[in-house]
Amino acid sequence: MSTPGTLHPPPPAPDLPATGTAPAPRRRKRRRTWRQAVRRDWQLYSLAVLPLLFFLIFRYLPMLGNVIAFRRFEPGGSIFGERWVGLRYVRMFLNDPSFWEAFTNTLVLGALTLLFCFPLPIVLALLLNEIRTRKLKQFVQSVSYLPHFLSIVIVAAMVMQLVSVDGTVNQLVQAAGGEPVPFLQRPEWFRTIYVSSEVWQTVGWGTILYLAALTTVDDNLYEAARIDGANRWRQTWHVTLPGIRPTMVTLLILNIGTFMAVGFEKILLLYNPLTYPTADVISTYLFRMGFGSSNFSYAAAIGLFEAVIGLTLVLSANLIARRTVGTSLW
Amino acid sequence: MVTTGTRQAPPRPRPRPRGSRVSRGYRVFQAVNAVILTGVVVVTLYPFVNIVARSLSDEAYIIAGQVSLVPRGFNLETYRLVMSDSMFWTNYRNTVVYTVVATVIAIVLTTCYAYVLSKKHLRGRSALVGIAVFTMFFSGGLIPNYVLVTSLGMKNTIWAIAVPNAINVFNLLVMKAFFESLPVELEEAAAVDGLNTYGILLRIVLPLSKAVAATMVLFYAVSFWNSWFAAFLYLDQQDLWPVTVYLRNLIAGATGAENVGAIAEADEVQAEATLKAVTIVLTTLPILLVYPFVQRYFVSGVMLGAVKG
Repeated sequence: MSTPGTLHPPPPAPDLPATGTAPAPRRRKRRRTWRQAVRRDWQLYSLAVLPLLFFLIFRYLPMLGNVIAFRRFEPGGSIFGERWVGLRYVRMFLNDPSFWEAFTNTLVLGALTLLFCFPLPIVLALLLNEIRTRKLKQFVQSVSYLPHFLSIVIVAAMVMQLVSVDGTVNQLVQAAGGEPVPFLQRPEWFRTIYVSSEVWQTVGWGTILYLAALTTVDDNLYEAARIDGANRWRQTWHVTLPGIRPTMVTLLILNIGTFMAVGFEKILLLYNPLTYPTADVISTYLFRMGFGSSNFSYAAAIGLFEAVIGLTLVLSANLIARRTVGTSLW
Repeated sequence: MVTTGTRQAPPRPRPRPRGSRVSRGYRVFQAVNAVILTGVVVVTLYPFVNIVARSLSDEAYIIAGQVSLVPRGFNLETYRLVMSDSMFWTNYRNTVVYTVVATVIAIVLTTCYAYVLSKKHLRGRSALVGIAVFTMFFSGGLIPNYVLVTSLGMKNTIWAIAVPNAINVFNLLVMKAFFESLPVELEEAAAVDGLNTYGILLRIVLPLSKAVAATMVLFYAVSFWNSWFAAFLYLDQQDLWPVTVYLRNLIAGATGAENVGAIAEADEVQAEATLKAVTIVLTTLPILLVYPFVQRYFVSGVMLGAVKG
């Protein structure tokens, strides 16, 4: 899977993806085989034309569009901006306390999400795996997958109802003798609300791959462990967990990759000016900068910063995983 | 072969320790496990029950904080109110139209590209795969995308919803993995019989791929059905909105990003409690109704993707 070089736009024509594979001396020979390949497979290449156009226009062109982070952009003007302004917008956000607040919130929410939403599916999958009754297991699985299929708007709406002043959570608070709390207006509660709703929505669905991996663990290993006197707990620790380690590592890398993009849509739906101190993340901040204050260049500079960090995180997580446990995405 | 995509391997529980060897610790564990999993089921289902109860209750009981599992002061008045709102139905119809159009575009593009990528002999194949996979880890970001879609004149059209998200790379890889698992001999025989590439794809490969195609249709359809942000960003006119944006604007009254005076309006917001509950129920209902029938296709789709994800 060759990714280097694709930061720049991929080759213009679909049938000539010459992403620097050929060293100069062998050029003639390469070109001949390319011609043969095109002659033989032109119908296949033609099928790739529309999808490639899609990728070029809607994925790679916006990457180039990020140059407006370094250029002055005027609405209605060129999508690549009007004139160079250098690092002005980068300096601007680096000196912007609101940006750093959003940055901190992103790290905290990302870390909390990772802390809960990564291990809990593993635990749930292990527990599900211990159910003997097949029907019962399927029922629990079906129920726990359900929230995954709801629109984020519906999830946010449900959260709002549950934590509203007259909602279930406040009914419990009052039953325990407390005063009702307007949770969504309280910055100190936002993280709890956000992470709980993430757990509710994602943990069940997250078990699928682990459950599949669990069925591939060799029964003989359990047999051997039992003969060696391992109880069920030790069997889980020494046989089951190592058996699903590749799945764990892969999903961890993917989770780390989305670390910076923490629940943009959900936060946009759940936060309000009162909870900005804990809820505002980089993506929501740049959304407000772009669409609230119409400062597109400034917002694009922040977005580029976020995307570069995200990419760096995935690449380093992948590298570390390959070096240490020998599992990687590519 | 045809059904490869539809069924997961039957779950194989770990062998139970036999007869007298069932230790007391294990029995305690089973009991605790049952309690935990019951808890999971209850916690997952409770919000649904609660919202239905609220939607059927009298406003006064909700404000008093007395509605949890069962409706209090049962009435259907709010349902009548919401269902007589013509904008609600207009937006619902938009959701259906957007979902169908966007899914068709997505399926065509994804199938074509996945088929090309599945041909191992093809020159430049790894570059073509790389072009797609790289976009999973790096994207242009919100602002450049918005500027692009706007300057293409797609604002306030269905294309702003359907086109920019036409290929999901995860789905693409699932389909590619499936095509790769098909026996090459079939296609070779078809080629000998004089079918060209398009003919092979349409008459040989696709009929064998009904299961995976169905899964892909579901994946895309659900994601377009549920999407709201693209519509929120690109559609300014109320009669173009999908129902998710309708719901979003209803709930935004309480804590929406734009509503700074949320607290001042608290009283008014309370009066809408049933209205929100009813709208939530009505937008969730279609998903709940089809969920039991389509769930296993989703599971198998994820499995298929995991093989080579």
